Amino acid sequence: MKTFPGGSHLQYLKEATQDKTIRELPLPKKVILPLQQNLGCACEPLVKVGDEVVEGAKIGDSQKFVSAPVHASISGKVVQIEKLPNPCGFEVPAVVIEGPGPSSQSPAPRTLDSLSAEEIKKIIREAGIVGMGGAAFPTHVKLSPPADKKIDTLIINGCECEPYITADHRLMLERAEDILYGARAAAQAVGATRIIVGIENNKKNAVEKLKSQAEGIEIAEVKTKYPQGGEKQLIKAILNREVPSGGLPLDIGVVVQNVGTAVAIAEAIKFGVPLIKRVVTVTGSGIKQPQNVMVRIGTTFREVVEQCGGLTEDTVKVIMGGPMMGLALSTLDLPVVKGTTCILALNKKDAKVYEEKDCIRCGRCIKSCPIGLLPNFIADAAKLKDWGRAEEYNVADCIECGCCSYVCPSRIYLVQYFKVAKKELQTRKAVCK
Amino acid sequence: MQMNFDISVSPHIRAPYTSRNIMWMVALALLFPAAAGVYFFGLKALVLIVFTTLVAVLAEAVCQWLAKMPITVNDGSAAVTGILLALIVPPNLPLWMAAIGAILAIGLVKVLFGGLGFNIFNPALAARAILLASWPVAMTTWVRPFDAITTATPLFLVNKMHEAAPSYWALFIGERAGSLGETSVLMILIGALLLFLTRIIDWPAPTAYIGSVALLSWLLGHDPLFAILSGGLMLGAFFMATDYVTAPVTTKGRFIFGLGCGIMTVAIRFYGGFPEGVNYSILFMNILTPLIDKYARPRLYGGKKRG
Repeated sequence: MKTFPGGSHLQYLKEATQDKTIRELPLPKKVILPLQQNLGCACEPLVKVGDEVVEGAKIGDSQKFVSAPVHASISGKVVQIEKLPNPCGFEVPAVVIEGPGPSSQSPAPRTLDSLSAEEIKKIIREAGIVGMGGAAFPTHVKLSPPADKKIDTLIINGCECEPYITADHRLMLERAEDILYGARAAAQAVGATRIIVGIENNKKNAVEKLKSQAEGIEIAEVKTKYPQGGEKQLIKAILNREVPSGGLPLDIGVVVQNVGTAVAIAEAIKFGVPLIKRVVTVTGSGIKQPQNVMVRIGTTFREVVEQCGGLTEDTVKVIMGGPMMGLALSTLDLPVVKGTTCILALNKKDAKVYEEKDCIRCGRCIKSCPIGLLPNFIADAAKLKDWGRAEEYNVADCIECGCCSYVCPSRIYLVQYFKVAKKELQTRKAVCK
Repeated sequence: MQMNFDISVSPHIRAPYTSRNIMWMVALALLFPAAAGVYFFGLKALVLIVFTTLVAVLAEAVCQWLAKMPITVNDGSAAVTGILLALIVPPNLPLWMAAIGAILAIGLVKVLFGGLGFNIFNPALAARAILLASWPVAMTTWVRPFDAITTATPLFLVNKMHEAAPSYWALFIGERAGSLGETSVLMILIGALLLFLTRIIDWPAPTAYIGSVALLSWLLGHDPLFAILSGGLMLGAFFMATDYVTAPVTTKGRFIFGLGCGIMTVAIRFYGGFPEGVNYSILFMNILTPLIDKYARPRLYGGKKRG
């Protein structure tokens, strides 16, 4: 079975939602649309308070290359444009729209064959598509490698290695055709001749489903091991190539796209529909009715959670994303953004807070690191604020997957130290420039 | 914005075991060779094990209290040191000597260096070395199993006196003179198996250690099977060369550590003044651990050269 070195075997806990069909939630009355939902640059608003907008209309855009426009996810009236908290922990300008409003007309369908690579990329950019596995990097940028980098392989990431989450699993079962369509479009855009869909072998039915329809597309079963869905780990497992330290997959001729992104690409090309909704897995011991839902971007977490039966009394933690890399939220009054894969609510028993003990040098963190770092020594350096030594130990290569913290018997918050060290080193570099 | 929920950095879930579980599991595994010691050397051995362990735990509590450190005796590491020390001294060692050993192991070798995780030397082994230097006669007075008649260890008889070795079977089950818990290879292997199955110890250090002792003994014209079944090799390889705190952290490093221990052991056994070299060779390699950690790093994904 194809895999990568290091990593951890986790309890996957996907049973609560893996067999539940994606349910489209009723239209929210109000949406909060942050003007930055992607890695890179923020958008400027294209509307003003009082404007009527229709579903799918572009309401924010940027001239900068590494950016993605934002669209109205419901029809209605713009009631507020100001800095509001977003789930990533800081405030960004956001457009608030209150419905209802006039419905939009569906644009004429297009066919893929007639489109050039540039046209495909333009459609993807205009649709505001970003990486939907959680990172939210603008897709059109990923599909625009420098001229000297030849892309031979497009990998579609269907691993979904984080525990609990089943959004991509459901998409593979319910939207297989669109995933393959989106994959072909992305491959056409970068000139890749080989398309491989990588799926963890705990999703046998998804493997079967895609295999039955994948003409000219390879389906690669990979070992179920966290973080198999990490870009670098997936490339290593499938192609046995390694992204150079500090480099990108395109340096070794590969582009990786998530299955959710492939579906968004298919919708944008086939029907001209921009990215205004996404699948979110709502699950965990704190959710009364765990399920997979199709949510309009900008719907508040509170509304989504209420649609899933609400929170249990003993919920102590709400996380956007999975338990290994997700962000803990302080409140439910935040909007679902393009990178929201999951809303995970955990009760006291599942979200224990631990006291950090001294390192006993057991070496488990080192064995579990999929990058080959020495997490214990980096943490030692970070504790002493010796950023130079942290850099010498290659902290910049850390993918923050959380394996080291997970396996640490002394409960050391290793990833937290690495995040601080990386930030310090970035700041230092910025100052030096 | 009202704060409703706990906030912390990912990951939000942790593996089910803790350092404490691990230490107590090691203590449990040590009970197998300890039981063999009690079987062969009688009630005296049991008293020695219990007494040494209690002194070690008490010493840790007192030392931590004196140093105004949090008292962490329930983490199990002091108990492990106490049991281990009892297993590597002669079964008829006077209790007061064992007590001094336990106090030195905890106070001098462990707590003075900062406690669990910070000591350079394996506390039990360092204490044994001190005891051997202080009371060389008591520390080398061995007895036969069951009848407690004074005798010498097989390693001494074979390597220094050129007498015939006991049968492999006697060596394997532990019916021979030696330190309290080092004699029964069988029970040591059962304890070690428990630690392998619970993934508490890994293969590089024990394999490299035992393998290199067997290979080098054979190359030097000695019986390799006798070399690995006698002395303190098995106990040292599985329970002391695998000590988290005082051995290297990487797989590569642990292999090098085991190899170094093996070379040192063979050198001491065949060319040194002592019949056995496990104690000193592991202590010697403990000194090299930081150096090994510095160079024996895992391969970095993306292949960048390490600085």
